[in-house]
Amino acid sequence: MSDAPQREQRVLSGTHFMLGDHACAEGALAGGVDYFGGYPITPSTEIAERLARRLPAVGGKYVQMEDELGSIMSILGASAAGARSLTATSGPGFSLMMESIGLAAMMELPCVIVDVQRASPSTGLPTMVGQSDILQARWGSHGDYGMAAFSPASPQECFDLTVHALNVADQYRIPVFLMMDEVVAHMTERVVIPPADEVPLVHRKRPDHKPGAQRHLPYAVGEDGVPAMAHAGEGYKVHMTGLTHDERGYPALTPATHNALVNRLVDKVRHNAQHIMRYDEFELDDAETVVIAFGCTSRSARQAVRQARQRGAKCGLLRLVSVWPFPEQRIRELLQRGTVRRFVVPEVNLGQLRREVERLTQLPVQRINHAGGAMPTPADILEVLL
Amino acid sequence: MTATSAVIARDHPNDPLLRSDRFPHILCPGCGIGTVIHCYVEAMAASGVPLDNHVCVSGIGCSGRAAGYVNVDSYHTAHGRAIPFALGIAIHKPELRVTVISGDGDLTAIGGNHFIHAARRNMNLTVVCINNFNYGMTGGQAGPTSPRGSITSTAPKGVHDRPFNLPDLARAAGASFVARWTILHVRQLRDAILRGLQKPGFSFIEALSPCPTNFGRANDLGDGMAEMEVYRQRCRIVQELPGFDELDIDFVDEERPIAVGNFVDIDRHPYQPVGADAFDNVPNGTQRVHHPVGEE
Amino acid sequence: MPAARSSGPVQIRFGGYGGQGIVLAGTLLGKAASLYDGKEAVFTQAYGPEARGGASRADVIIADEPIDYPYVTQPDVLVALFQEAYTLFGGQLKPGGTLIVEEDLVRLGEPAPPASLLPATRMAEELGNRIVTNVIVLGFLVGRTGVVSREAAEQALKTTVKPAALELNMRAFEAGFARALAAGAAPA
Repeated sequence: MSDAPQREQRVLSGTHFMLGDHACAEGALAGGVDYFGGYPITPSTEIAERLARRLPAVGGKYVQMEDELGSIMSILGASAAGARSLTATSGPGFSLMMESIGLAAMMELPCVIVDVQRASPSTGLPTMVGQSDILQARWGSHGDYGMAAFSPASPQECFDLTVHALNVADQYRIPVFLMMDEVVAHMTERVVIPPADEVPLVHRKRPDHKPGAQRHLPYAVGEDGVPAMAHAGEGYKVHMTGLTHDERGYPALTPATHNALVNRLVDKVRHNAQHIMRYDEFELDDAETVVIAFGCTSRSARQAVRQARQRGAKCGLLRLVSVWPFPEQRIRELLQRGTVRRFVVPEVNLGQLRREVERLTQLPVQRINHAGGAMPTPADILEVLL
Repeated sequence: MTATSAVIARDHPNDPLLRSDRFPHILCPGCGIGTVIHCYVEAMAASGVPLDNHVCVSGIGCSGRAAGYVNVDSYHTAHGRAIPFALGIAIHKPELRVTVISGDGDLTAIGGNHFIHAARRNMNLTVVCINNFNYGMTGGQAGPTSPRGSITSTAPKGVHDRPFNLPDLARAAGASFVARWTILHVRQLRDAILRGLQKPGFSFIEALSPCPTNFGRANDLGDGMAEMEVYRQRCRIVQELPGFDELDIDFVDEERPIAVGNFVDIDRHPYQPVGADAFDNVPNGTQRVHHPVGEE
Repeated sequence: MPAARSSGPVQIRFGGYGGQGIVLAGTLLGKAASLYDGKEAVFTQAYGPEARGGASRADVIIADEPIDYPYVTQPDVLVALFQEAYTLFGGQLKPGGTLIVEEDLVRLGEPAPPASLLPATRMAEELGNRIVTNVIVLGFLVGRTGVVSREAAEQALKTTVKPAALELNMRAFEAGFARALAAGAAPA
């Protein structure tokens, strides 16, 4: 992360024909990852394989942990010591990480968790697609906390969004999820990696005083609600705990402290949602039918919308690049136009994101679901659009 | 440093090493955890490693509160997960000396897998396990070290399962330094932790400690002082790691000795992360041919 | 030398068994189109149990416009490198599509459909190494269909294959390409 030559080595600038998983790994390198702790699991394994080869060569640390419980905790420890850190897994490992994701939120340790979704529950179809961890990403750890989740639809986005996820994690000191899926992970397409100095990097806020100059309060915040972060070994003598704590980081086991703390953890994301959120729109201007899709499914949806338009059906696509924060405001604006008649939500699960849309509208929300193993085809969606 | 703590700092030489603004602590009268913390901070001060380079990590439970009382960078993490958190710190910043202080349940039941793998890797960590034979904070339930037949709230007729033998476990998994002492053996315990802090690789120190409020009361061991008296009468210092059964702890059989000592102190190659020189940087071409991987 | 043909999306499926190198053949084809012919391309392959022990597949879609749905549904071009691949995928070929088979390893049955017969393994052995069977197939496919330009395919080889193996691979590509031209199937 430091000197320019190493930065050049990290960023594989150029045009590539690259696997989605590899593009994610290259995004991690370009995004400044110092530490990867992981446990191999299909279909995310190629991320670990690529980083095992590339990360040590640019001064980073690659550790293959004993399980996903260890993977997530090791990246949190590295984060506490100042590392940009990332792990990659799939559904079964993602489930194992859930408890510690709450610790990341509570201690405000920036980290990125890549979940390459496969057909679930349980072992399911290990080599085939799923999108059924998307609510788990939002609500999986116990309690309320702020987080963000992005869902790439192409290898190019696997690169771009890994960089973005690392930046968002550091800027707001939250756990950030890259919710890939097996289709995108195992697809090879053109990936353009920009010159090193054009990769945007945002780093965590650091204390504005030297250690020892004054008492460091690890959880004192200003208006943005994000505390400055001192790292292990710098002399600030920080204390962090998963217990409800005060500005000193000391346990403060009262309902009032808890209420204020948890609200702040949630508000960090809520108040900055417009900066974190990403989506794009296709043919939405006069759309009577709005398709809302993410990840691999949005590819079929785009083709279906194109074909339906050719046949005169007024439909468009709202593609969620960030699934969380969910673009509530944008959907409300679409509803206010008065032209929208219905929503269609295709997804490789039995209706997880549909609930989120239904929450916002009385209009019909039609679902196109597959439990996993195959993604909806353009024909599946077109049939509903016409 | 506040004015108050500056005054207190003159009262005891260890005060700058403790977060005195957190006192009074939560530990019960007669509990041994405070003694272990004392031994740790003394070892830290004697280690020659600058205080700013010491990091303390703990899990959950009474012993897990240790990290909250030492005045270094300290992290009170999740139940069973102190070791992988500490590992992340130690690997990212190898110049730091990271110590894990936690309980027997935290480190060897819910966190047992991390424990054996950190020992296997010979990770640069000092792990101090305060073994009080039960889950004290939650009211005295049976744990992986509760001796057979001992009474706990979840084993009202006596613990049925065979307990772990922690020094043997640590040795078998590959630790470079393995010791067991009790909180009666303050000097030896401090010296063992110091040895751990100075030795590269994975060092494991088991500290037997009374829990008079729960384990002691349920098993008629009396108060903390009475349990210390048991240690005084029955502990036998040995130099080599004793046989598997000889390490067992039995509070019922008064004839049975409790083996303590520095059992293992060997030089093994400590953990080194994969370095930059091990690989070429850019893969040949930009698309490695994928060899289909296994299901899991 | 003809430039790459411009048309709607072309779906290409390679069917083979482990060791025949179809994943590399597919990757090279996609890379040639996507990086050196200015086209869009997506490459996918079979994974897991599906990819072991029997017929495996490597799929490429090449198009002028961005490709949405990434999977091959009905191949315009099918390359079958052993019998089971032909049995499995033969029926999926688009009517009027191009069928290329390993002449020594596939029996087409009666009545035989129109197909290009290619003794790719034998040709590779003649070049001294069976490992370049896939690149002979690629050369033939490019010569036969023109789905990517010869220059693009050669460029893809140069940026993918290890330098020590490049010369052999270029000869293999040339051998396959020349055979396609000799067979009278000059690309449009």
